[in-house]
Amino acid sequence: MMDNVILKVENLYKNYGELEVLKGISFEVKKGEAKVIIGPSGTGKSTLLRCINRLTNPDSGRIWLDGKEITASDVKINQIRSSIGMVFQDFNLFTHLKVIDNVRIGPMKVKGIPKREATELAIDELKKVGLENKVDSYPAELSGGQQQRVSIARALAMKPKLILFDEPTSALDPELIGEVLTVMIDLAKNGMTMLVVSHEMGFARSVASKIIFLEHGVIVEEGPPERIFNKPKCKRTAEFLHKITDLYGDTKHENDS
Amino acid sequence: MVFNAHLNLILKSLPFLLKGMVVTLELTFAFLSIGLVVGIFLALGQVYGRRSISLLISAFERIFRAIPALVLLFLFYFGAAQFGFNLSAFAASCLALGLRSAAYQSQIFRGAIQSIDIGQIMAARAIGMTQFKAAIYIVLPQALRLSIAPWSNEYAVVLKDTSLCYAIGVTEMMRQGRYIVARTFGNALLIYVVVAILYFILVIIGTRLLNLLERKFRIPGYEAKEKGEMVERML
Ligand SMILES: Nc1ncnc2c1ncn2[C@@H]1O[C@H](COP(=O)(O)OP(=O)(O)OP(=O)(O)O)[C@@H](O)[C@H]1O
Ligand SMILES: [Mg+2]
Repeated sequence: MMDNVILKVENLYKNYGELEVLKGISFEVKKGEAKVIIGPSGTGKSTLLRCINRLTNPDSGRIWLDGKEITASDVKINQIRSSIGMVFQDFNLFTHLKVIDNVRIGPMKVKGIPKREATELAIDELKKVGLENKVDSYPAELSGGQQQRVSIARALAMKPKLILFDEPTSALDPELIGEVLTVMIDLAKNGMTMLVVSHEMGFARSVASKIIFLEHGVIVEEGPPERIFNKPKCKRTAEFLHKITDLYGDTKHENDS
Repeated sequence: MVFNAHLNLILKSLPFLLKGMVVTLELTFAFLSIGLVVGIFLALGQVYGRRSISLLISAFERIFRAIPALVLLFLFYFGAAQFGFNLSAFAASCLALGLRSAAYQSQIFRGAIQSIDIGQIMAARAIGMTQFKAAIYIVLPQALRLSIAPWSNEYAVVLKDTSLCYAIGVTEMMRQGRYIVARTFGNALLIYVVVAILYFILVIIGTRLLNLLERKFRIPGYEAKEKGEMVERML
């Protein structure tokens, strides 16, 4: 019944002191599905992603990854994290390590894969993001778009069941956004399961199965992109979509042509 | 004539001074090594340890930084003897000034550890590294690299402070100088100038070497951005 559900979140709550950030979040992500989360700033999108790989511990609620409850008390959290990729807004590459080491350090030090094998694996992942010719560069020698692609390769090298993206393009100059989105779209088309916080509607339109609109810690509405864009059920969703198309531009034309 | 006599004295003294210099360098090496190893552990304990541990470490740090080096030397040498610990002057120096350097070095390392971007640590944890692995593979290598510059200052301080060990009878360079002055009746100025020059040379050579080390570990593309040197170069 649950066999093709990779991620199931049930009634998740999180407070920071007095501040209620997540107020009963429930949703699922199926295998091979890309879901996009949108919502205003400070709404709890990053908090939600961090609860899913338990970088932040939720106050209550349950989360299952591939049928296994990861909010259970006896769970080996580092093992869980190693099977959930995470891509951050500001890349967070390890600045003292070359590109190749950034990508292979996880397989080597977390999974204990021998260096040679880990290197081949890392090069394969770097090929997927088009950076196999940058293996010996340091992060600071790369553009933002290239750095974000390395960080995607770093996540991929762990062979994750799911990758979480937290606004992966919002720290990038406009001309660099495309190369990262292309990589992400490729991943989605090749069946990677993804949960993406992003206001890039071009991405949502081309590969998202569902869009979740999150506001003030609750899911206001969830539905396929077509419906969310064309006939949102809630007035707030419509208003918010207006705002972000003003802000980010409507990428509909690029994708239709 | 006078000049020749002076030159002669210097040439005769040099072997003794150089013998003292070897001891000075041994002391420096010992203090810095003890300080390095203990200092790193103190810094890690303070950043990652439980509250009780980190309080204990701060207390240690404060004590060793607040007490004058000479007083520490006397405490560990004469003081310890009263408790039946008959330490050699060299060993007592290592404890007193090695631990003192640990207190200072731990501050250097702690600052460097805390300056590492939290985002990188989050990324390390997100791929499944334990806190320990993240510290070993991600935080420490970067923190140590950042520590080289302040550490070269600590090198100079420690080197100069070895001269205090003279007071508890270690025959280092300063004490050798003192012997020569005593033997040759009042060539104080000349001999101490030579001693001063020798310390000066040691400081210069050491800091140069550390400078080279820092360059060697420089991360391509990183420092330039970090320090805004790019902007400077353009101006
Ligand atoms: N560690 C923390 N301690 C206290 N408050 C926090 C913490 N992390 C987040 N918050 C608060 O929780 C709320 C939700 O933050 P979160 O980062 O999840 O929002 P977001 O939807 O990702 O916003 P943005 O679009 O700006 O990234 C904010 O009000 C934020 O200030
Ligand atoms: Mg956020």
